[in-house]
Amino acid sequence: MTLKLSIDKKLLDLSGTFSLNLSLEIETTTFSVIFGKSGAGKTTLLKIISGLLSPDSGLIEFQQTVWFDQQKKINLKPQKRKIGYVFQDYALFPHLNVRQNLEFALENKKDWREVEKILEMVKLSELANRLPESLSGGQKQRVALARALVRKPDLLLLDEPLSALDQELRASLQQELFFLHKELKLTTIMVTHDLGETFRLADQVLVIEKGKLEKKGKPTEVFNSEKISSKFKMIGEIIEIKKNDVVNILTILSGNNLVKVIASDEEAENLKTGDKVLVAAKAFNPLIMKI
Amino acid sequence: MNFQPFFLTFKLAIITTLLLLVISLPLAYWLAFSQKRKKYLVEAVINTPLVLPPSVLGFYLLLLFNPENFLGKFLQKYFSLNLLFSFSGLIVGSVIFSLPFMVQNLQNGFQNLPPSLREAAYTLGKSELETLFKILLPNMKPAILAGMVLTFAHTLGEFGVVLLIGGNIPGQTKLISIAIYEEVERLNYRTAHLYSLLMLILSLSLLALIYFVKEKSRK
Repeated sequence: MTLKLSIDKKLLDLSGTFSLNLSLEIETTTFSVIFGKSGAGKTTLLKIISGLLSPDSGLIEFQQTVWFDQQKKINLKPQKRKIGYVFQDYALFPHLNVRQNLEFALENKKDWREVEKILEMVKLSELANRLPESLSGGQKQRVALARALVRKPDLLLLDEPLSALDQELRASLQQELFFLHKELKLTTIMVTHDLGETFRLADQVLVIEKGKLEKKGKPTEVFNSEKISSKFKMIGEIIEIKKNDVVNILTILSGNNLVKVIASDEEAENLKTGDKVLVAAKAFNPLIMKI
Repeated sequence: MNFQPFFLTFKLAIITTLLLLVISLPLAYWLAFSQKRKKYLVEAVINTPLVLPPSVLGFYLLLLFNPENFLGKFLQKYFSLNLLFSFSGLIVGSVIFSLPFMVQNLQNGFQNLPPSLREAAYTLGKSELETLFKILLPNMKPAILAGMVLTFAHTLGEFGVVLLIGGNIPGQTKLISIAIYEEVERLNYRTAHLYSLLMLILSLSLLALIYFVKEKSRK
């Protein structure tokens, strides 16, 4: 077991306070995704793991080292936790060029070769002398990632690193990320609310809602029941029920669409106009048209 | 025309600005990032000179510096320093008087930086001090410049505090504002005019230079 965490922290949101209260364990060299809506406490959780924020109470342990223990008053500073952190806004230092951004992370300036190696690895050597403001979003993202890797972290924390990029770039950076994760045998935790990304990268998904760990497991297990299925589903309101010989025709309003469906007598028995209903259909043979 | 008041005034402004830069840096840093609840009290004290008539400040400093009183006695006895009607006294007065201008600018500078810059430096293993000097300060040059200019200009124009604690000793405490006042009182309008015009031109050029640099650094 590599990262063990059990914490509690009061958080503020628009509707008042709620508490981020969860326990989790993450194995070495796995890729974990923290999935959830914005405001669920995902970024706060990453900041707590990194030491940038402290929980009100709890325990954080990484590879047998205690990082935080409220009872024993242990709270290791972020500087002492061997982590790499990629921020949502990349947090590149504007006054330093790409190479200097990476060199800043070195513990010993003599290790400059390390920087060149990483620059090469993420294909940034040609941009090494450019200032961050002259880079595109994807390039900035790669610099941020490269910089986080300079210290050879045991734990890599990524806060929605790809959310500001377009779909195509995202896909290629996801691959790059996956490659680095495997190559450097990193333990990676990534915050995202992109389902596709989760499926492509995650060994393990942790779904967080309102500060609580709702579900945990492989992406296919976690999202199987609701998110992916062989059915079409929609929720609507019954506008009209019309009996027609042996069947009933229901008119249902879903969003802005009016749909007519057929219901048997048994089904229609318990329904009346104004009821909210879920309509599902098996998708064995749907018509798919490009629009 | 005697240029000594000019030299004295600029000397005071330069020393005050440099001293304030050193003093305000930790204060502004603390005000910008501390989570302490009592922060507002410190903020109020620092900013008092903004709302106080300079003569009020000068009057209390006059009492404080008086060698008959506690602080004056203490400084006299242990440092053989007399702050009353002396250039050193003027420095102390100017530093207190201009403190809010420097602190506010630096504090805003710190607060306007994205928090992730600081956090990124910490996660890269750098101490607070190294982060301050290598990351934060280089990215808030306009705020530092604005603080220095305002402090400098404010010290140039000082009158009330200076008059009360400095008096009018040539080469010691006779600053340009005092000199102008004196010439007017003597109905010596020609000299007063020359002093004033020179001040006006110097101040304007200084500000123009600053805004020019600011404009350039933005691009």
